[in-house]
Amino acid sequence: MKKHGSLPAPARAVIALAFWIGVWWIAALIVGREVLIPSPPAVAVQLFRLLGTSEFYLSVLLSVARITAGFAAAVLLGILTGALCAVSAPADTLLSPLFSVIRATPVASFIILALVWINKELIPVFISALMVLPVIHGNVREGILSADPLLIETAAIFRFTKKQKLLRIYMPAVSPYLSAGVRTCLGLAWKAGVASEVLCFATHSIGNRLYQSKVYLETTEMFAWTVTVIGLSMIIEKLLMAAVSAWQRKKNYDIGKKPEKAL
Amino acid sequence: MISVKNLKKRFDGNVVFDGFSLELPDRGAFALTGPSGCGKTTLLRLICGLDRDYGGEIECGGAVSYVFQENRLFPTLSAYGNVFEVCRDKEKALSLLSSVGLGGDTDKYPAQMSGGMARRVAIARALAFPHDILLLDEPFTALDGQIKAEVIELIKRLEVDKLILAVSHDPDEIAALGCEEIRIK
Repeated sequence: MKKHGSLPAPARAVIALAFWIGVWWIAALIVGREVLIPSPPAVAVQLFRLLGTSEFYLSVLLSVARITAGFAAAVLLGILTGALCAVSAPADTLLSPLFSVIRATPVASFIILALVWINKELIPVFISALMVLPVIHGNVREGILSADPLLIETAAIFRFTKKQKLLRIYMPAVSPYLSAGVRTCLGLAWKAGVASEVLCFATHSIGNRLYQSKVYLETTEMFAWTVTVIGLSMIIEKLLMAAVSAWQRKKNYDIGKKPEKAL
Repeated sequence: MISVKNLKKRFDGNVVFDGFSLELPDRGAFALTGPSGCGKTTLLRLICGLDRDYGGEIECGGAVSYVFQENRLFPTLSAYGNVFEVCRDKEKALSLLSSVGLGGDTDKYPAQMSGGMARRVAIARALAFPHDILLLDEPFTALDGQIKAEVIELIKRLEVDKLILAVSHDPDEIAALGCEEIRIK
């Protein structure tokens, strides 16, 4: 694989970040109106001001709680439906159109429908879950179907129990698919969750604060909240992926990715 | 005991067996020989029930263990884990690994093993699984002279009161195992 110079990865990330902040800053200077593009220092000052308010922490906490709840519920449900569809053709036939419809429907349609159906405080939970569910379902299903048929035969000869088959064949097969799904879905959950908060005016939420900033043309505050969302999404993704990697290492699923040497 | 009567089997449209019959006793060593593609591996798969798409009758009297043509080790398990998983007996697993010359490599994973090491783990695993019939499909591939001789002696010693049915292209291996040859045309 081609190496990217001699700098370590974190240093390269900082340089890339600094470059794009520079681009942003130049754009703000060219436009010259904070209401259209606020400068990075102005956004930083606004962010620090927000950090001094209790509303900031309450909004962040409740948004994280809603989106995480939706994400977690969808991961659990996606594992169950994905596993069911991998082993049962009738279930697969029955559920496939449903997941295709969910994938194809614009998130705004679901948010508007959810406004009619359920309590507005639960809409971000529902919407986050709805965006995550088809991806996790599809990845788990694919992972199970990708299980090595030779190992399945081997397990049959050595009379493995269902638990042994699950632990030694199916979980290692699903692990990389699930890991990729979780990584993809966390960003989806955040984007869809915050968008639904904007549209349903969920109380004490990042989305609601973004909406208020837009209504009062407080673009600097809107940028500060957006930076908060990006930061939170990245931190949670790092923590979650670290946990997933630790789990894969503990179970030796990372070793399982390497191919057995040929005879 | 293995009993095959009037076996009919097609594979990819080709007739592999057409009225083939075979009777093997409860114990003893036998080797299937014949040209490539004559159905030796197919017959092993039919006998152990991995392939149930056939005509005729196949009866297999006892539990079957199998050294496949491929190693088929579980990649998330160490050498020890692969053997222990089929017998749930720590001492037996360690003793068998030691017998095939892997006493010092029990914690290695398949991705870290050479072809010969992986082959020996596959053999130790098959021997560890409680069985009455041992099916061996080209079992000694990737094993060099001394190790091969030791593994053959181990199999002969442990399988003395069992039925062995092997597939091999090597007449020396067949002779070393003490197998009676069954030629498939």
